[in-house]
Amino acid sequence: MRPLDAIEARIEALAASPDAAAAAAELLTLGEEVLEHWICAKDEAPTQAKKEGFRLLALHRQGAKDVPSFNACRETCRELVYHHNLIIMQPGHPETAKRLRMAGLVANHLYLFVRGKLEESQLGEFCCSSKPVRSDAAGDNIGEQRGI
Amino acid sequence: MNEVKNKPVAYYPGCALEGSGHSYDRSTRAVGKALGLDLVEVKDWNCCGAMEVKNIDPKLQTYLSSRVMSIASDDMGFDQVMAPCNGCYHNLKKAEYDLANDADSVAVTERLSEKAGHATYKAGGIETIHALDWIKDKIGEDGLQSRIKKSLNAVKIANYYGCMYTRPRHIFPEKDAGPGSESTSQPHFMDDLLAAAGAEIVEYPLKTACCGGAHTLSDSDTSTKLVINLLRAAEAAGADVIATECPTCHSGLEMHQVRAEKRFGVETSVKIVYFTQLLGLALGLSAREVGLHENISDSLGFFKEKGLA
Repeated sequence: MRPLDAIEARIEALAASPDAAAAAAELLTLGEEVLEHWICAKDEAPTQAKKEGFRLLALHRQGAKDVPSFNACRETCRELVYHHNLIIMQPGHPETAKRLRMAGLVANHLYLFVRGKLEESQLGEFCCSSKPVRSDAAGDNIGEQRGI
Repeated sequence: MNEVKNKPVAYYPGCALEGSGHSYDRSTRAVGKALGLDLVEVKDWNCCGAMEVKNIDPKLQTYLSSRVMSIASDDMGFDQVMAPCNGCYHNLKKAEYDLANDADSVAVTERLSEKAGHATYKAGGIETIHALDWIKDKIGEDGLQSRIKKSLNAVKIANYYGCMYTRPRHIFPEKDAGPGSESTSQPHFMDDLLAAAGAEIVEYPLKTACCGGAHTLSDSDTSTKLVINLLRAAEAAGADVIATECPTCHSGLEMHQVRAEKRFGVETSVKIVYFTQLLGLALGLSAREVGLHENISDSLGFFKEKGLA
């Protein structure tokens, strides 16, 4: 697992790679490494399992466990897999360079989102989690504690 | 259009549409008028509880949203309330879910409603819809197409839905419900409506990705970098315009587009426009009527060039 700064630099470097297939495969690996950072920060061991044939998706599922707001990057992970597949399965396609650039931007979004959450893990809870049925854990019912 | 489809709906603009998202309010009302759809603003509406209240006490947020639904249904007699803001839409949906599934939320809502002196909202009393649902359901693509006065055919659009329109999935039981319903993984209602207005819709893989709104005050650089990525991806996809349907996302894209240039020297030219503004232009409304002058993103010259303004 490379440091986050190294991952960021590598994602950028791969956008214009002449070997699109190799670059697409590495972008997927970089995405996995980004998610490994998140999972390690939660004191867990990153899974080696695959979901729908991709470790990236299994890692996302692991990262989102008990953190519903992490689902805000679910589609980003799926788009990275999709663009990887487009490049690998249609290597001679006239839009391969455009697809690789897009895969790089998708990977970069995953990196930025996870890095932001690593720095301020509670932020973002409003936008994509909502936690509809809360337990009575401390701090959950402040209104009630204040008698309103 | 039949009578049921023409039935007026309660309109809950929410606080953003009175401030930074005023052009969304203006264009939503103008498009409704142009399409013959009646909106009646919810009387004495209050904050939906986003975003601060929800993070501190989610049950208090549920109550605040329930009060809006109570006024719209119990006092005003509506069976649908339309919220164009993704935050309001999301929170009303969440409150509806909580009140149908969580006894504690029901108890808190009953107690606070009694204290505030209004009827307690009961789950199932009203249906919350988004502005996209409103136009899609009441008018539809065919109805819209027949009313278009200036096709958007010269405009390439990336549709950006943001994170709150589809997440979490369990509070949107009507989505992912088969043909014709909205998708939580690949939302398409905005794509459908703008395509019906003639626009060329580009593939945009970040349509539900994070806009960085949560970080905007505490870690502005992260927000700016996320927005730069969204803007670059739209441009790489060939878009002239990013269409939005959330005032938080819209403001974030606009403000961080400016900040990206000042802070990081990154220039992008893609325009940021509410989908209702685009529909309004297509329906023959003027740039002023849809509030283009209120946006930070200056798109007037672009639309003039395209013969739309």
